[in-house]
Amino acid sequence: MKPITAPQTKASIGSGVDPRSVQLTEDGKLRHFLTLGGLNKDILEEILDTADSFVNMGEQSVKKVPLLRGKTVVNLFFENSTRTRSTFELAAKRLSADVLNLDISKSATTKGETLMDTLQNLEAMGSDMFVIRHADSGAQHFIASQISPNVAIINAGDGRHAHPTQAMLDMYTIRKHKGDFAKLKVAIVGDILHSRVARSQIQALNILGAQEVRLIGPKTLLPASLAEMGATLYTRMEDGLKDVDVVIMLRLQKERMDGALLPSESEFYRLYGLTTEKLSYAKPDAVVMHPGPINRGVEIESAVADGPQSLILHQVSYGIPIRMAVMSMAISGQTQQKAKDAALSASTESGANSDKNTDGEEASA
Amino acid sequence: MTDNQRLVIRSNKDLPEVEPLLEQMTDALHQRIRLLGLDNIALVGIHSGGVWIAEQLHDRLGLIEPMGTLDISFYRDDYTRVGLNPSVKPSNLPFATESRHIVLVDDVIMSGRTIRAALNELFDYGRPDSVTLVTLLDLPGRELPVQPDITGQKIQLPEGARIKLSPDPLALTLLEPADA
Amino acid sequence: MNLTIRGGRLIDPAQQLDEVIDIHIADGRILALGQAPAGFAPERTLHAEGQVVSPGFIDIGAHLREPGPSYKGNLRSETKAALAGGYTSICCRPDTNPCIDSSAVVQQIMDKVKLLGQAKVRPIAAMTKNLEGTHLSNMAGLQHSGCIAVSNMRNAIEDTLILRRCFEYASTFDLRVVFYPEDSWLRGDGCAHEGALATRLGLGGIPAAAEAIGLSRVLHLVEVTGVRVHFSMLSTAQAVEMIARAQAKGLPITADVAMTHLIYTEAEIDGYNSQFFVQPPLRSHADRDALRQGVRDGVLSVITSAHLPHEEAAKMAPFAASEPGMATLETLLSQGLELVKAEVISLPQLVERLTIGPAQAMGLAVGSLAVGQAADLCIFDTESEWQVNDDSLFTAGENTPLMGAYLKGQVQTTLVDGSVVFER
Repeated sequence: MKPITAPQTKASIGSGVDPRSVQLTEDGKLRHFLTLGGLNKDILEEILDTADSFVNMGEQSVKKVPLLRGKTVVNLFFENSTRTRSTFELAAKRLSADVLNLDISKSATTKGETLMDTLQNLEAMGSDMFVIRHADSGAQHFIASQISPNVAIINAGDGRHAHPTQAMLDMYTIRKHKGDFAKLKVAIVGDILHSRVARSQIQALNILGAQEVRLIGPKTLLPASLAEMGATLYTRMEDGLKDVDVVIMLRLQKERMDGALLPSESEFYRLYGLTTEKLSYAKPDAVVMHPGPINRGVEIESAVADGPQSLILHQVSYGIPIRMAVMSMAISGQTQQKAKDAALSASTESGANSDKNTDGEEASA
Repeated sequence: MTDNQRLVIRSNKDLPEVEPLLEQMTDALHQRIRLLGLDNIALVGIHSGGVWIAEQLHDRLGLIEPMGTLDISFYRDDYTRVGLNPSVKPSNLPFATESRHIVLVDDVIMSGRTIRAALNELFDYGRPDSVTLVTLLDLPGRELPVQPDITGQKIQLPEGARIKLSPDPLALTLLEPADA
Repeated sequence: MNLTIRGGRLIDPAQQLDEVIDIHIADGRILALGQAPAGFAPERTLHAEGQVVSPGFIDIGAHLREPGPSYKGNLRSETKAALAGGYTSICCRPDTNPCIDSSAVVQQIMDKVKLLGQAKVRPIAAMTKNLEGTHLSNMAGLQHSGCIAVSNMRNAIEDTLILRRCFEYASTFDLRVVFYPEDSWLRGDGCAHEGALATRLGLGGIPAAAEAIGLSRVLHLVEVTGVRVHFSMLSTAQAVEMIARAQAKGLPITADVAMTHLIYTEAEIDGYNSQFFVQPPLRSHADRDALRQGVRDGVLSVITSAHLPHEEAAKMAPFAASEPGMATLETLLSQGLELVKAEVISLPQLVERLTIGPAQAMGLAVGSLAVGQAADLCIFDTESEWQVNDDSLFTAGENTPLMGAYLKGQVQTTLVDGSVVFER
């Protein structure tokens, strides 16, 4: 087994590697998709543009393309989420990949098999991509950097840390319906503390240059340190929603009611639930989004969720093209990096037993 | 035909005019349609140059049914190497391909890989009775057993040079290695 | 065996000594410094020219992993690592498996230590039975078997009355309490310093206030009970300030900081490097600066190793799911020397915090090389470069972020009771 950190040479005080570089190739292309932190505007726009191509393709009678033909994508959901898993599965299938769904929470780990063993076995079976959801923040980082660097890792949600594909489909929705980010004020409302979606949205909006990102909620769900991610904090809807172009409502987990975070659902709804009345504080043409599934009457009024300003159903439909874009980009980056590594090891140690370039494809058209 | 019948291009002035080539290709297509007794043909152009050529042929043949377009980006065999072009145009086949005689049109054939990708995509839409391949130019360097049925002109370029088709009006330009 | 150490720079803060001087040892004790007594004939002479001779280091709270699962280490591996790091006395922590809450366990440890004949070990016993925070342990009996202090580690004693009883009972026998201040409710399931970084990483935060509140509660009880408390592994600026104020008031307290917290900050956990998952969490730059100032001022009279060896698999997990702690005994001196080089502390200060500082905090009659004292000492150089790897380390612990790194300064020879027990 290799040492857990890259060996540091010389000085030990305070040295460390930029962890966010884990997801990029030497040429700055995506090889994993773990977080939006550390990515630049070009990559985010490339994701959105590529998704655009796939959205257009959705109008074709044949919705399938052979980009990932012969590749194996494994959906590893350590937390259950049928919805998210289904969109990843459909996305992979539309790219012609072979898809394996593993409900880890029920199978291997309960038999005492460790996370590491499971992943290494799947890797040995020739998997090209792991789509992972995990309850621990940073689990996908750990897997991409320590266990399976040669398998493209797509983060489908880790702890409270990140849910980058959800955030990107939200960005796609905003761009499609509201245009230039530089002119937009966006408010995110609700349980920010526990929300990986909110963290990824804040990062995405900042990278894409949104005019202002606002967070609205009671202080129990809105740690002050969030401001340092590039957001303005509000505790009152009247103030926070004033003149915004986009309102993103977050799902309030029922189990949060058990702790001392909130007194009751009804009080939360009264203060922070998005009603037609509260929506009127925003710009008249403001749009309303929600990552779903919605708790009607807890964080949003039905009339708003189903109303003319709601983009909630659009968000759902963009989930597949965004995931197709990210998956095809990551496989491409990963393959290029592997080819480069293989060429390097072949040139340094001639005849070495380097990994074969798995795609037998030839020169370009 | 053999390679010594290729028009050797040394500079821009050696390049043929597009217009006469289109005339000649239209005649050849008419002939082929008559000869093989093809009725029910459907025109499909490959993005971008192939679409421009196909539009011209469509007019000249006087076809009423709209032509189709293909963007083969998602079908390329080198995307894991060079990545995806993020501005892929949608493919659009406004007719059923099943049991049709398809005329597939591109501007240039060289390695044959674009045509391979186009055929794959075409077959994802259904099983045509036949596919006829028409290209404006034919360059040496085939890597796949794909040959056009009708070609405007076989040409040979200087080492490293490329050729570019531009629309309105259709014209050819030689890109020297330095420009390329 | 009679022995002379020739030409070394003796740094012995207890005697305020820092000079090149010969040391003569007979019958396991310091016989003379400087001129050899008439007729003294050493059987062996150690040449220490260009090297530093220091009283053997003393640690409070290293985990020696016995009894317990051997894949994490055992007394043999960890006391050997101690000697290689310059340590001659270890006050080991009680959260073994089973924990050190009975004389039988203490006896088992002491017997093995005697057999090994390596570093001296003085266990810290559990303050409550099974560290559960509800029933007092047999403190008098544990003291009689050789325990030097009691501690409940980070296991909360939520009932303040029970905590008061623990302190009263310990002070009955003048037993010291080693206390790790932390409010367990505020800690919750946190694993990182509460702040912008933890928020961005989505890791549960532990506010600095958790330490201040835990500390404040104990300081008030020290006033009430008069028990001697040594606060271990402080991590915040607030705590340093509170300790300074309490000391000025005359409370019988001492305090330490782990070398880890003098070297690193929370910035290390960006990227979820589980090697930097430690308890208490690495904190801000301002906290680290305050801790360094505390060490300079002597408010923090001890630098501890917080040595907690793990097998590799313990760290092969997502950050919060990995096991906290770092194996440090053999790299601590090199890191201390980096602080000296960076002029954070002086070399004599470093030696003081590793020798007489912990000896006084624990009431141990070691930590000085005055004539008549036990000849527990180490000889180290400050410049030789060495690489941290499986071959150079004796600990069973694989959990150091320094694996593969090149460090400067290393212990060459260690003596316990006048015998050379470690030579590189």
